[in-house]
Amino acid sequence: MSTTHTTTISWFLACKTSDVPTNGGVCVKYKEEQIALFFFARRNEWYATQNLCPHRQQMALSRGMTGTVKDEPKVACPFHKKTFSLKDGRCLSDEHECSLTTYPVKIVDDMVYIGVTAEMEMAGA
Amino acid sequence: MKIVVIGNGMVGYKFCEKILSKSADTPIELVVFGEEPRPAYDRVHLTSWFDGKTADDLLLATADWYVEQGIRLHLGDPVLQIDRTQKTVQSYKGIVENYDYLVIATGSAAFVPPVPGMDKKGVFIYRTIEDLEMMKDYAPNARSGAVIGGGLLGLEAAKALLDLGINNTHVVEFSSRLMPRQIDEQGSTILQNKLAGLGLKVLTGKNTREVLGDDAITGLQFSDDTILETDILVVSAGIKPRDELARAAGLTVGPRGGIVVNEQMQTSDSFIYSIGECALYNNMIYGLVAPGYEMAEVAASHITGEAKAFIGFDMSTKLKLIGVDVASFGDPFSDPENCHSIVFEDKFKGTYKRINITTDGQFLLGGILIGDAAAYNMLLQTTKNKLPLPANPEDLLLGNRSGSADTGAGVTALPDEAMICSCESVSKGTICQAVTDGFETLDEVKKCTKAGTCCGGCTPMVKDLITATMKAQGKYIRNVVCEHFPYSRQEMLDLIKVKSLRSFDEVLDHYGDGEGCEVCKPVVASILASLWNDMILDKGNDTAQDSNDRYLANIQKGGTYSVVPRIPGGEITPEKLVVIGQIGTKYNLYTKITGGQRIDLFGAHLSDLPNIWEELIAAGFESGHAYGKALRTVKSCVGSTWCRFGLHDSVSFAIRIEERYRGLRAPHKIKSAVSGCIRECAEAQSKDFGIIATEKGWNLYVCGNGGSKPQHAQLLASDIDSETCIKYIDRFLMFYIKTADPLTRTATWLNKLDGGMDYLRNVVVNDSLGIAAQLETEMQFLVDNYKCEWREVVENPELRKRFSHFVNAPADKDPTVKFESMRAQKRAAEWK
Repeated sequence: MSTTHTTTISWFLACKTSDVPTNGGVCVKYKEEQIALFFFARRNEWYATQNLCPHRQQMALSRGMTGTVKDEPKVACPFHKKTFSLKDGRCLSDEHECSLTTYPVKIVDDMVYIGVTAEMEMAGA
Repeated sequence: MKIVVIGNGMVGYKFCEKILSKSADTPIELVVFGEEPRPAYDRVHLTSWFDGKTADDLLLATADWYVEQGIRLHLGDPVLQIDRTQKTVQSYKGIVENYDYLVIATGSAAFVPPVPGMDKKGVFIYRTIEDLEMMKDYAPNARSGAVIGGGLLGLEAAKALLDLGINNTHVVEFSSRLMPRQIDEQGSTILQNKLAGLGLKVLTGKNTREVLGDDAITGLQFSDDTILETDILVVSAGIKPRDELARAAGLTVGPRGGIVVNEQMQTSDSFIYSIGECALYNNMIYGLVAPGYEMAEVAASHITGEAKAFIGFDMSTKLKLIGVDVASFGDPFSDPENCHSIVFEDKFKGTYKRINITTDGQFLLGGILIGDAAAYNMLLQTTKNKLPLPANPEDLLLGNRSGSADTGAGVTALPDEAMICSCESVSKGTICQAVTDGFETLDEVKKCTKAGTCCGGCTPMVKDLITATMKAQGKYIRNVVCEHFPYSRQEMLDLIKVKSLRSFDEVLDHYGDGEGCEVCKPVVASILASLWNDMILDKGNDTAQDSNDRYLANIQKGGTYSVVPRIPGGEITPEKLVVIGQIGTKYNLYTKITGGQRIDLFGAHLSDLPNIWEELIAAGFESGHAYGKALRTVKSCVGSTWCRFGLHDSVSFAIRIEERYRGLRAPHKIKSAVSGCIRECAEAQSKDFGIIATEKGWNLYVCGNGGSKPQHAQLLASDIDSETCIKYIDRFLMFYIKTADPLTRTATWLNKLDGGMDYLRNVVVNDSLGIAAQLETEMQFLVDNYKCEWREVVENPELRKRFSHFVNAPADKDPTVKFESMRAQKRAAEWK
């Protein structure tokens, strides 16, 4: 018996681009989840991660300060300033800390879409 | 080019060293004639020969050095004749050398007063190692000794007699006091007492008429018909320039001796230079080594085509005479017309200190130190560089009596040109450069710059400079804000101000790299607020604010916020208390009295904040800036309106202060307090600035701290009126805002400030930097520009929109927020 994983991305409409402050973040509600969405206006890049900071389990990352370390985009949690890469979600300031889930973002006609993965486990026939 | 140097004393040697270092490219033929049998030695420390230093120890350079440098050194062979037309010299041993340039550095001889009997056995002069050897041989015959001459050298000679075991020794001085060129009567009296304690007796006002004795000396006969019995006599009554050679060669000499030189040290024959104690510049013989070295430098420069001039020399000096510190600097004798003197005398300890300051109290002119000359270097530099004096100039002598260790601004305040080592002419800039180049120990710096290698008096200062320079470097490296901005906070502030930048993006465009980060964004945002006091959420600066500033509230456990309205001075009406109670009930907030005499309401959802503030503002409240690195509270006691001890109305003054500085953003939070009397119920001395009422006005304390490292505030000014107090606070706060590192409280800032409290007081009270008016203007601008940020948010729908948890569901609150209950209120759920 073999198992295969097929991953498909479904995009949902998060907000208008103008709803997001330049060089900052907002929190997007998706079903029962909270996703932090960040806009780097100077380089026109968008990132999305889980809103929960894994350190103290606080829904706060969207209120954190964004920035870069050696060109890698990051966010700092407002509670204790743990920083996380927005590229891959890993914690930059503490290697033992859990990583963030990251989400793809796309902009279509000034609307922001976040991609969530619908993981479908299909048992091989 | 061929140069002949006549004389191999300290200055002649120095000339060789200088000319060689200046003529690395052009080979120079250097010939030196010396009268003494050994190469140049350290005559300044001649007395140390008696402490066990050998003649070799005292050598400035060994004979090998001269060989290595290609110098032909003829010792024990004085030059007898100069032929200026042939440009040759001829020595005692018959050596003839021609020259392109001739340098006469024949120095001086002891001046022996024309008194009968000076040729008797047991009469010595004190000049060369040979003199010392002869004294040493004769000393076992002597039980009592005398020195004619109570100047520097005379006292050195007296020390030599003591060292030779002649305990009954007198110093005989013609004038009415010791060291008449350096110290005054009062200082001389203290010095005499001090010397008497060491077994040295001093006779002043004594004119020696005759040396008594048949073959050997037995005593001195004075003109007042008294007699002093003595078995040995050292004559040290002054110096006489050795100008006989120059005189015979037809060079111009002074009426009382000395070879006349111009500013380039040229004699009346432009190919012949004269330097050191034989040279007469501007009718003055310079009998110290430091000016001699300077002359050597000038002559060597001129010969090698470098423009340099000798323009006189500061004769300040510091010595240890028989274990007693004696120093004299600048103008030691005041002319009461032009200056005031501050004199401190301690007959018990035997110390005497005098400083002469300008009548306006601004600058130090000179002074005298006896018994304790630790302050000499700093006082000398303060004099030479016209450094501003502290508010109480007596602190220079007595130290600051209010507790801080430092007096004066310290070495860092000196300009780069400040001459630290006068002997070797080494400036502060040269020393600091050496340290910057990696010479970081005293020995390395001495080797590389020669500073401190002669009299050694500047050694403590050289050490301070090494420390300060290294500190400055280390600090500079650590001081850079972050990887995005290669500047310190202070530099950033200046740059932003000069370019009138108003947003984080503009600052990043001009001076930064990358996107910024959680370190530099709040720093820049704080600087912008401190400079312009614009609404902090405008111009895209909202996302550059630290999270609490961005939401104008303090984030608490669980992600809710706290609300702190301003309650100036802790004074609140019952009606306003009711409003706070109603709002707390309506929004289900936990309420608590803070340490700063106001009320904190906890547990507000982000989306409730604008509503809560709308109600607070309607009731007359405004933002308390509890979320900002800004003025927090001005705590007060109840003061004279109710308290039976109160001297002034501390509440009214606290409110006035709080309303003046509300919203003022700074490198860190600022707390203050006003107490109505000395009982200090408001605990003002634990604040960044604290004010305590006195009978005559207010005492202003600054740079206190509570927190993890409590520190008492220090007194900045006392008995000042309210207007002066505010003026000083304006200056103090602006100076702090402009110079402190990020996230540095005033206490830490002061601890790092060079010169400490005295420096700060000088800047704030005495306006030593001349920036007081500017600081006041800048503060007034911020005061005038104050607006309640929460009112602006409440009244601005665009800003208000930012206060929601979900961008796509603004009406929804964060469902993960959980509270528990405790003592009839709520609390945040404990985090995991």
